[in-house]
Amino acid sequence: MKKKVFAVFLVLVMVLAFGACAPSEVPQEEPEVLGTVILATTTSTKDSGLLDYILDDFTAATGWEVDVISVGSGEAMAMGENGEADVLLVHSPAAEKAFVEAGHADEAGRVLVMYNDFVVIGSMEDPAGVLANAGADAKGAFQAIYENEVTFISRGDNSGTHAKEKSVWTALSLEPAGEWYVEAAAGMGAVIQMANEKLGYTLADRATWYANRDSTDLQIVCEKDPSGVLNNQYACICVNPEKNAFIKVEGAKAFQEWIVSKEAQALIAEFGVEEFGAPLFTPNAE
Amino acid sequence: MNEIAQGVQEAMGLIFAGDPEIFEIVGLSLFVSTLSVAISTAMGIPLGVLLGTHQFRGKGIIVRITYTFMSLPPVIAGLFVFLILMRRGPLGHLQLNYTPTAMIIAQVCLVTPIIMGLTYNLVKEKAPTIRRLAITLGAQGSSVLWLMIYEMRVGLTTALVSGFGRAISEVGAVMIVGGNIKGKTRVMTTYITELKTMGDYSRAIAVGIILLIIAFLITTVLYNFQERESR
Repeated sequence: MKKKVFAVFLVLVMVLAFGACAPSEVPQEEPEVLGTVILATTTSTKDSGLLDYILDDFTAATGWEVDVISVGSGEAMAMGENGEADVLLVHSPAAEKAFVEAGHADEAGRVLVMYNDFVVIGSMEDPAGVLANAGADAKGAFQAIYENEVTFISRGDNSGTHAKEKSVWTALSLEPAGEWYVEAAAGMGAVIQMANEKLGYTLADRATWYANRDSTDLQIVCEKDPSGVLNNQYACICVNPEKNAFIKVEGAKAFQEWIVSKEAQALIAEFGVEEFGAPLFTPNAE
Repeated sequence: MNEIAQGVQEAMGLIFAGDPEIFEIVGLSLFVSTLSVAISTAMGIPLGVLLGTHQFRGKGIIVRITYTFMSLPPVIAGLFVFLILMRRGPLGHLQLNYTPTAMIIAQVCLVTPIIMGLTYNLVKEKAPTIRRLAITLGAQGSSVLWLMIYEMRVGLTTALVSGFGRAISEVGAVMIVGGNIKGKTRVMTTYITELKTMGDYSRAIAVGIILLIIAFLITTVLYNFQERESR
């Protein structure tokens, strides 16, 4: 009897194990697959669900599969610099320009893909009174949080969102520090959850905020700053193929060309409409 | 509280509805951990037996290093394997990062010291008696080794299950070298981490429950084996 239980268990393990590895270990099943590119990207493109939504179409259209490594924009560019990724989809314009200038990109450089915007979110109580006093003024919102020393969760991970946050502090000539300023070193979704638990404020990209909205008790306290300070531009960069011999040049190029194509741009424009009532990203390839 | 109740409910749904994505993730978890433990066993048990039955210079330091590595943080193992396997690293030409193979290598680094250390302890305690018995029975050379392993099978099973527990439950190493790629290197623990950061608590709980059920099944098998063998 006990042997039987053991045998059944073993069979179960085997079936599950082989069921799992069959599709992943034998990609040759579909003859048109050309290979796999490593896409290093920000947490927002993945946590919002955008990549899951569009990547199957990319594979169907080009025959390239994509391994998505979702990290902050800073780490994604470090991966590009080290030649560990083939193509990047990031949102940290200043750092991207420096990346291209340093020769880490291929000749196409930085290709604009889409944009959305950042929002300042906080608890319903809004202890710093941002909603009432700052309105659409992002700098005013940061100023109010700073002056009232209300908990603010910073990404603290060198991501695009973190870079944007730092640029706002710099524009205000403020240096946030102290108990109230929490440097989380975590992804966007995790930081929103942390802001929810600590009843703090944070700067989030709209896409990740929408994806996380229902599991928090937070609200937008500042958005749509007319000065454009909250704009969030995403760009695609192919890594310089001279980094090492393993970079999938054709796959990276195929991805870059596809993401700015009419079909992909249309997919981006429709993503989120069904679930959130409005698109999460606005395509703006040139 | 609501989240937990919802999670339990969703777990039942996922298990009985046969959600293919969940099956794939659970399957990969089992595949990676089972293979890691198998490789670690093949290395750890002979090494542990050798260490336990032989006296040589520097044995003390090897034992202490083994004990230290028994509590090696998974992220360190992950980072180490990642650096070795990265494109610019010494084994970069194999292009193994972000594959299940890399995950298995990292887990072998974690599990081998556990199995080796526990085997060593067992051997240190029981070897003299078993060896005397073996020699009395007329065994020689490698058959002494096999007899020892056979006589210690109950204790060794515990070592294997400790190793398996470590492998199936760790997240640090498989996250670094696997990258949590959907449909390719996503296992239960990295999936739970991702679900948590995305605020999908109920599904995270559901996957957690499946993980616990698997642990329970494995413990049950061990328990039955030990009960039968020690009777």
